[in-house]
Amino acid sequence: MKPIHRLMTLVTLLLGCLLAPFAQAQLNVEIYGAGADRIPITITHFTGENLLQGGDLTAIVRKDLELTGLFRSIDQGGLQGVENMAPDYAAWRGIGADALLVGSVAQGTGGLVDVRFRLHDVPRAGELLSLKVSVNPNQTRALAHHIANKIYEKLIGQPGIFSTRIAYVEKTGRRYQLKIADFDGENPVPALLSDEPIMSPTWSPDGSKIAYVSFEKKKPIVYVATLATGRRITLANYKGSNSAPAWSPDGSRLALTLTKDGLSQIYVVNADGSGLRRLMSSNGIDTEPQWSPDGGTIYFTSDRGGSPQIYKVGAQGGNAQRVSFSGAYNVTPRISADGKTLVYVSRSNSGFQVTMMDLASQQTQILTESVRDESPSFAPDGRTILYATEVGGRGVLSVVSTDGRTRYRLNNRAGDVREPTWGPFEK
Amino acid sequence: MKKSLIVTATLAALLAACSSTPTAPVQEKAPAQAAAPKSDIAPKPVAVAKTDPFKDADALNKIPLLQKRSIYFDFDSFAIPLDYVSVIEAHSMYLKANANAKVLIQGNTDERGSREYNLALGQKRADAVKNNLKLLGVKEDQVEAVSLGEEKPKATGNDEAAWAENRRADLVYGN
Repeated sequence: MKPIHRLMTLVTLLLGCLLAPFAQAQLNVEIYGAGADRIPITITHFTGENLLQGGDLTAIVRKDLELTGLFRSIDQGGLQGVENMAPDYAAWRGIGADALLVGSVAQGTGGLVDVRFRLHDVPRAGELLSLKVSVNPNQTRALAHHIANKIYEKLIGQPGIFSTRIAYVEKTGRRYQLKIADFDGENPVPALLSDEPIMSPTWSPDGSKIAYVSFEKKKPIVYVATLATGRRITLANYKGSNSAPAWSPDGSRLALTLTKDGLSQIYVVNADGSGLRRLMSSNGIDTEPQWSPDGGTIYFTSDRGGSPQIYKVGAQGGNAQRVSFSGAYNVTPRISADGKTLVYVSRSNSGFQVTMMDLASQQTQILTESVRDESPSFAPDGRTILYATEVGGRGVLSVVSTDGRTRYRLNNRAGDVREPTWGPFEK
Repeated sequence: MKKSLIVTATLAALLAACSSTPTAPVQEKAPAQAAAPKSDIAPKPVAVAKTDPFKDADALNKIPLLQKRSIYFDFDSFAIPLDYVSVIEAHSMYLKANANAKVLIQGNTDERGSREYNLALGQKRADAVKNNLKLLGVKEDQVEAVSLGEEKPKATGNDEAAWAENRRADLVYGN
């Protein structure tokens, strides 16, 4: 018995290795606290879904919804979902589903497939949504994210983030790549390749460009790349180092850190690199500027008081005010889209952790249990935070919800990943 | 802890000598400390210009203190530890004796914490070494200070020994 079991394990492992690049992502979503308020939902297999390529449609929709921590997926069991027929609500109630998605895929015109789907409210025995989209049959992943968005918007009442993208830097050997992936880390596409470090990528507010820092000329220089064309401009290449780009909410300017006049200080420049001006002067390090969503305030990290802390200053400069007070190391401020919440990395006895502050009450809360967190980045809906951390000596990307109840790690098949940044809502 | 306080005080005093920032409490101590190592290292007082070992074309490879090209720092600190004052002294003497010599100072940090903050911290470490060299009479155009932040770690381990190795400023001589 035992030897056979071992052999089976070995075979499974080998198969696992061979299939890994093609297998569906193994994602562990940790959910803390009572799950009673999660919406039980059944996403049924669509009839004709074998017409689709490049992913398991229903599995992706389920996973998208589960990642939010707001849904609990209920398997359809022996029940069949038929898109164009009224469901047997009593039967679905029997398996505990509150929401039910049924759908169909049929051959359309011009090589496209027609996808119809309906969302039902099981307890109330009514249809909530009925939609049809025509897509390329190999766009299964994008289609699944679209469907998840529709379900989320209908049931939660807010826009879903499932079609948003993330960017991050992957280091493999001595190679650095800036990669762009779906919000869940799947479907990664390289956007930049360099033999020297790339850091601090950040999306323009319309999602069309990425500003970043590259060491390719042996020192940090800030570039802005347009994603659709691959064209890029040098935003700042002054004497000394150029780094920490941050877009203004209207995309017209960027704040950044330069050492051209000595210490690391914050400057503001037009998006085409013109009109450079210094934001303020201090006698310490000022870096990691970050605009508030209303454009009126710039948050930043400074060691002017003796240890690195978060400060804020008016977008026109002036006197800075300290924002973080507890602990001797608080860096990398990021503001939620509603301007109410600050996240940053705080060092305590347990390590470097993503920490959240309610700006009105100044109450803080540590969101993670890891010890080497870096680069927090809000999802555009402000509900979750993407950050880099380390597991087994390797950089990985994780997501935590602002209520601290949901946490998951993004799939990472190779290399060492860091510097994640969450893009805006798709236009 | 005590040691690092002294070190900070010394550095502050060294800096105070050329800056307008008043750092009163440590002024008395500074001149003695800053001047002392000079006479330790200088081969002989005056009258040895012709045989100045720092002028030797191969001085960088011959003089033990000049072979030391790295200054190590504490976590989140840019204060130069006392152990390295004599190293910086020696390099200042070399640079003064060789007006054409140029040195690039690369500041590094360990890999923990913010990459951007570390880039700025590495710059402060490189600047601290540069400012010390300038205080000792080295010309501005002989020294360039840059930061590599945590991007080019010398030690790749994931422990205090590796981190300590990476909290470093290197003196790199060109031409």
